[in-house]
Amino acid sequence: MTENLSTAKGASESPASAQTMGRFRPPRVPLFKRVRESALFWPLAALALILVFDAFYAPSFFRIEIQDGHLYGNLIDVVNNAAPLMLVAIGMTLVIATGGIDLSVGAVIAISAAMGAVLINPALGNQLITNDILTRDATNTPLPLIVLADLAAGTLCGLWNGFLVSRGRIQPMVATLILMVAGRGIAQLITNGQIMTIYYTPYFWFGNGFILGLPVAIYIVVGVLILAWFVVRKTSIGLFIESVGLNAKSSYYTGINEKNVKLFAYTFCGFCGAIAGLILSSNLHSSDANNIGLNYELDAILAVVMGGTLMSGGRFSLVASAIGALVIWTFTITVYTVGVPANALLAAKAVLVLAVILLYSDYTRRLLNRFERTDRKTAPSTDVEQRV
Amino acid sequence: MAQEMSQPRANFNPALANVMQWLRANVVRNGPLLTTILIFAVAYVVGGQLYPAMQKPQVFFNLFINNGSLLLVSIGMTFVILMGGIDLSVGGMIALTTTASAALLKMGVSPFVVIPLMLVMGVVFGFTQGSVIHFLKVQPFIATLMGLFFARGVAYIISLSSITITDSFYKTLALTSLPIPFIANTYIYIPTLVAPIMLLVAVYLAFFTRFGRTLYAIGNNEQSALLMGLPVARTKILSYTFSGFCSALAGIVFSISLLAGYGQFATGMELDAIASVVMGGTLLTGGAGNVVGTLFGVLIYGTIVSILQFNGTLSSWWTRIGVGVLTLIFIGIQSLFYFRKKHG
Repeated sequence: MTENLSTAKGASESPASAQTMGRFRPPRVPLFKRVRESALFWPLAALALILVFDAFYAPSFFRIEIQDGHLYGNLIDVVNNAAPLMLVAIGMTLVIATGGIDLSVGAVIAISAAMGAVLINPALGNQLITNDILTRDATNTPLPLIVLADLAAGTLCGLWNGFLVSRGRIQPMVATLILMVAGRGIAQLITNGQIMTIYYTPYFWFGNGFILGLPVAIYIVVGVLILAWFVVRKTSIGLFIESVGLNAKSSYYTGINEKNVKLFAYTFCGFCGAIAGLILSSNLHSSDANNIGLNYELDAILAVVMGGTLMSGGRFSLVASAIGALVIWTFTITVYTVGVPANALLAAKAVLVLAVILLYSDYTRRLLNRFERTDRKTAPSTDVEQRV
Repeated sequence: MAQEMSQPRANFNPALANVMQWLRANVVRNGPLLTTILIFAVAYVVGGQLYPAMQKPQVFFNLFINNGSLLLVSIGMTFVILMGGIDLSVGGMIALTTTASAALLKMGVSPFVVIPLMLVMGVVFGFTQGSVIHFLKVQPFIATLMGLFFARGVAYIISLSSITITDSFYKTLALTSLPIPFIANTYIYIPTLVAPIMLLVAVYLAFFTRFGRTLYAIGNNEQSALLMGLPVARTKILSYTFSGFCSALAGIVFSISLLAGYGQFATGMELDAIASVVMGGTLLTGGAGNVVGTLFGVLIYGTIVSILQFNGTLSSWWTRIGVGVLTLIFIGIQSLFYFRKKHG
């Protein structure tokens, strides 16, 4: 905020620009600052940093081959693996922008995956499942219906969260905690506690298929991103979400239906979780209620924070969150490529989080501001700036 | 406020009015706690009616034997939540403690060195988390999440597989049963005693020390606590340190009762702990709640698990659904009571 103040003052002190630019043209901001203030700067910088590391220590990371007309390679793997997380991060961004949080996305993924698996091979109730039924390359429900049911289950979960938060006035963390605890139980209830393997080939298209040499999952992510971007930036919903996140009460007094805005954000997050569940179960050829989408809520929150959206709500950037998710997976696959054992990845991830925390902390910002101030000594500094 | 309200009735019957007033004040103040105790009693009695084997007194003591580390973790969690924060790292800390102590014991280090070392590790860990949260102004959620990743990751770096503990001191602790006086055929183990003792310490800390009062003050409003001149920074960091200490202690109890250390132990225990704290009547926004309630929250959790075990045909996932539904019910009860308190 203080920076806005100082730039506004700086602009008023340069009469030439004021004349040529007219009254409402934005003030001239130094290039470095403009780049740094962009929501995409930090996540892209992190991504670049990891890729530079790869270029030195694991050059094979960049190798892309063409097999059977499809692109193969670590970079494609990154994007394909990151797709579910990117989807969840997009949904989570909206929720966090309203000042909330959704801890239940992992459970929603499990429910959606369980739904798909069960509709292909019914296991409801205590029905005995024979190997014969399970290994058939056939389905009990047509594919469009399976997809619809998956999406409906996830959206319903999101709707439930949204109702608890907006109508029940329960804090988001607790409200979604309920589904987080109960959700995996529900998923196990649906699959009757079994790890269900899927043998129905058309279902695999979502997670393993290719269009024009690129994985289908990428197209789904781009599609959802465009849909979300359109809804958020081309209608007033995005503005409402930001205003609710900044101050729910004053938004209410200005006539924004904050309840429905919140309801929308959580429902959309559930919807995104459902698609992620569909892609994940299709990619893994199975639905394990206990482990599918494990820790996704945490990774998604990390991605959103990396994308520069504040946990307290307000301004958000969907693309930045998606890139944040990409950073997490690039990091993960880099760590694997370098040869760190899979289980020790957690500690490496903690170091990543620590780095992100330090980068985003007030200290770093202050340091960067100071660096910038010495950089342009000629620019007149105001008292306000000095005091802050 | 209550006095003014009961004034007209005081003319009618002073003694009765006094009793009513006392009741009203205490029931409303301790409403969530009383409800928790009531629900525990109902759940336990219903379980006893359904499955007569559950009526044995030993089943009650088994709740303590089986949930010792959960209770310890929940006590630490209660303090952090009362203060308005959250600690997601407890499960990871348990895993790290069990693995590290098992590895050290395998190397032949004396348990009398290992146990204090683990406690110091927990304290340092909690202190670091608290400092990151306070000084770097990081959301508790994110910072302790980092702690969770870090602790589990280090546990995996120490060992990828389970390490068994063969130390004689640990074995003695684990296998010596103490008979309960006056009740026949009942026993507990030595590590079982740790959690109840810690509970007493926690009750003392929460209600009879300056630290406890400051916790409640910060939980209600950190800004005004700061303006009142209370030591906010110290108390905040101390509460995370306390939680770290509790989880290290829980890890020791865990490793003694299982006689093993493994990075995958206590997965998701942070959620069970948070659910127990909420079921115990503590507001997740902080500022209101009771450590004693947490005990009953854990007991309710244990009772659900016991009922499922006694049933035998019900599957384990009903535990999760049950805990979820109970959490929802408790939030409803809480908002009812705290709404009353604010407006009535």
